[in-house]
Amino acid sequence: MNKIKCECGHVNPEGTVLCESCGKPIEGNQHIDGNDKKKLLNMRYDGTARRSQTYNKSIIDKIWSFFSSVKVGVWLIVLALIASAIGSIFPQEMYIPADAPSRDPAVFYEAQYGIFGLIFYQLGFHNLYSSWWYMVLIALIGISLVICSLDRFVPLYKALKKQKAKRHETFLRRQRLFSETNAVTDEEIQLIKQQLKNQKYKLQEENGHILAEKGRFSRWGPYVNHIGLIIILLAAILRLTPLFYTNEYVWVREGQQLVIPGTDGEYYIENKDFIIETYDKNDKKFQEAIVKEGGEIPSNFQTNAIIYKAEESSVPGADPDLTKIIEDSIRMNQPIQFDGYSIYQSGYQLNEFTNMTFKLHEVEDAEEKALGSFTIDLNSPKPEYILDNGFKVEISKYYPDYYLNDNNIPASKTNFPRNPAFVLLVYPPDSEEAEVSFLGIGKNIDATGENDYKLGITDFEMHDVSGLAVKRDYSLPFFGLGALIFMIGVIQGMYWQHRRIWIQPSNGGLLMAAHTNKNWFGVKKDIEKVIAGTQVNMVNDQQELDD
Amino acid sequence: MGDLTTISSTMLYITFILYLIATIFFAATIKDKRTSSKKGNAGKIGITITIIGFLSQLTYFVTRWIASGHVPVSNLFEFMTFFGMSLVLAFIIIYFIYDLQVLGLFALPVALIIIAYASMFPTDISPLVPSLQSHWLYIHVTTVSLAEGILAFSFVSGLIYLIRQIDQTKSSKRTAWLEVVLYSLIVFVGFIVITVTFNMMNYNATFTYPTGGQTLESNYHLPPIAGPNDGELLTKDANQPLFETPAWMHGADAGRKFNTLIWSFITGTVLYVLLRVVLRKRIGAVIQPLLKNTKPDLLDEITYRAVAIGFPVFTLGGLIFAAIWAQEAWGRFWGWDPKEVWALITWFFYAAFLHLRLSRGWHGEKSAWLATVGFAIIMFNLVAVNLVLAGLHSYA
Ligand code: HEM
Repeated sequence: MNKIKCECGHVNPEGTVLCESCGKPIEGNQHIDGNDKKKLLNMRYDGTARRSQTYNKSIIDKIWSFFSSVKVGVWLIVLALIASAIGSIFPQEMYIPADAPSRDPAVFYEAQYGIFGLIFYQLGFHNLYSSWWYMVLIALIGISLVICSLDRFVPLYKALKKQKAKRHETFLRRQRLFSETNAVTDEEIQLIKQQLKNQKYKLQEENGHILAEKGRFSRWGPYVNHIGLIIILLAAILRLTPLFYTNEYVWVREGQQLVIPGTDGEYYIENKDFIIETYDKNDKKFQEAIVKEGGEIPSNFQTNAIIYKAEESSVPGADPDLTKIIEDSIRMNQPIQFDGYSIYQSGYQLNEFTNMTFKLHEVEDAEEKALGSFTIDLNSPKPEYILDNGFKVEISKYYPDYYLNDNNIPASKTNFPRNPAFVLLVYPPDSEEAEVSFLGIGKNIDATGENDYKLGITDFEMHDVSGLAVKRDYSLPFFGLGALIFMIGVIQGMYWQHRRIWIQPSNGGLLMAAHTNKNWFGVKKDIEKVIAGTQVNMVNDQQELDD
Repeated sequence: MGDLTTISSTMLYITFILYLIATIFFAATIKDKRTSSKKGNAGKIGITITIIGFLSQLTYFVTRWIASGHVPVSNLFEFMTFFGMSLVLAFIIIYFIYDLQVLGLFALPVALIIIAYASMFPTDISPLVPSLQSHWLYIHVTTVSLAEGILAFSFVSGLIYLIRQIDQTKSSKRTAWLEVVLYSLIVFVGFIVITVTFNMMNYNATFTYPTGGQTLESNYHLPPIAGPNDGELLTKDANQPLFETPAWMHGADAGRKFNTLIWSFITGTVLYVLLRVVLRKRIGAVIQPLLKNTKPDLLDEITYRAVAIGFPVFTLGGLIFAAIWAQEAWGRFWGWDPKEVWALITWFFYAAFLHLRLSRGWHGEKSAWLATVGFAIIMFNLVAVNLVLAGLHSYA
């Protein structure tokens, strides 16, 4: 190792720019911090040796230097910024509107946005934020954070720890704030010291050389906030594992009880009631806004639910015994929580059909006297129904959500009984021949026109369906911790500043210099107060604003 | 309750006028300084009126809050107004730290433009849909807005820096870009002028247009230059649009918004050209001599400090509180929707700014340009993301 001995006697490690002890610029190393071209010294790391600036031979040195460069860090941040912006040009796949003609990304982007949409899709930008290269970019930022922090933290820590009050004259003269006073009295020096203390500066003295310092802890702010960021990135990795994060979605009908997905059969939910409320149209203060919105603004979505915990049944293989653990409402912004799981109100479907009751009568019968009746459970229709008087009705086709498709053929849009329709076969007693009827809401079609018997809908029941998101996220505390540490660090670094004032006796007068990592205006104010009542000259700002 | 709403909007008017008067006093401080080195009274009066104006805006805010029953930051009008208020608050604080009067001459007009701009959007008190009914939402929105006010302040001092420092004796890329910045501000003024003009004439043209399988109505309050895509004009005595809004612009009322945009640019351009013709100089060159007495290094420091102070507040409000609210409402604290993405972009940008400040050569003019870009991102966030990008997305 090429240690460097300064004229003050201190031995500095290789790569040092300013002597760790007296601050004198070390010849031959001034280019490292760009001091050779400037009058003022670069004080960012107090001129300490940093690995990245010192060694540049092996591959590892090169990688280390690369990632510890702020320039590279800024580039990575800017690239992440640009990539993020690109992803927001068109909606991401998960935000393709529910009412889009086609939600298939291969179709949607081109259909909606033409050639640009097609390019967007083909480049995979419709899932940009989970693409491998976006993740790599974020990971590189993480690596850069770790390396640059290590590269600087240790030397900076050492440098700030072993500061001496006595500095080389050049060090003072090449500070941004500097003044020279030809004559001072002892009283004046005493007054200055007192006033420094009043300003909460900590003093350190050596043969009349004074170092006054405050807010040093704020120098650690960036390192603290970078640690916070690293914790957040690690939390994001944890969250990719099912151990830490599960996410399910379930539709529950009113009155239905089912096992909550993602809980290994441990919990059940029962939907007692789904409630949707809207704002009162006659409420004066909201009237105009409500009219503009088209008359209906929802004020509440709510599912009244019961959560059960399943206990091992004593008989193996039998249904588990359910114990009610919570009965509460799930509302937007007010999820139900139990045992690490949270259930969120996320969607709803109003007025699905629960069941329909039909009656059978003779076509000729003007009074439509029922020959028999039956009820179809629309969520689990039976293949056939035997009526009391020997008639048999068979379900030939069932369209839960009936519509006529492009080719004018009956079809079902979804599997949910929102607009049920049937093709029913009616077998009179002892007959092998069936009559065909088509029934739906407001439709009753006799396929052949020769039917003797007719079916009619006499009654139905309806229900609402709640869409519930089920989440369990054990990574949250880690994100919270990371965010907290980040905030502490960023406040520590931004709202406090490290201020140093050096005073040096010089031929009966004194030299005064000051440095801060930010808020020069604040230091100048401090100095004005410190030299008040003395003949000491105010410091000059020697900043070179170059552009 | 109706009365309270009226009081509330009256207070906002008064606020507007007070800020305007205060601006005039701050303008007077420049003259003051030229004649004598001692500070005149104009600045003191200016800041006093600004504070009264701020209190009056606070009254608007509180009365509207009481009238509506929720914190008034739930639609674009309310949010933008609050943003203007944050900017004024940031100005008052920074004024007392740095005692720099010229800041008022630039901060207040920017705040005025923002508030006037906000008032062009529907000002009805609207009820909150269930997803917005959360205290975290208020905490989140108010903090973000405060942060953006502080960050926007770096643009104010950055802009003064640029006008002060850029060499106007010859035309260059820098003078051109500075004119672009000033021109953009004038486009906002253009938007306000044209909207107020046609509002006073009660102009209306109604269209119907098809979108997503249904037919909707769109009410134009400016004469249609760009009609809705496939739209049909219902109002008889209105002029037919010159052309149709292209089909790839989607979302509710895309045609009307695009039309307003065109009008704003036309009016802004006319205003700008008129100014240039009257002044016979670049706008930057006209203002520059007024700023002779400002210290560039102090302006640079203010630019940087505004970012340093605003950045933590933005992180807290724009990312952390936003995530807490999203977690509560949807069970996902981060979902990559455009609002979230743009909050992240803003955050990345100011993080980059702070890191660039670590190296030499990025102080002074470069920082001032960066502050300008930052402000552009914030405005994009407020205006475009709300009106254009978010319009494409179905929220929960
Ligand atoms: C999004 C990611 C990042 C954020 C939010 C962030 C945030 C910050 C903040 C707020 C500061 C304090 C700045 C000041 O005091 O003016 C800082 C300092 C710093 N950051 Fe980062 N940073 C990020 C990424 C990086 C990366 C990738 C690097 C790698 C080169 C890096 C290197 C540094 C350095 C060297 C400092 C100065 C430390 C000192 O003054 O002692 N940062 N960072």
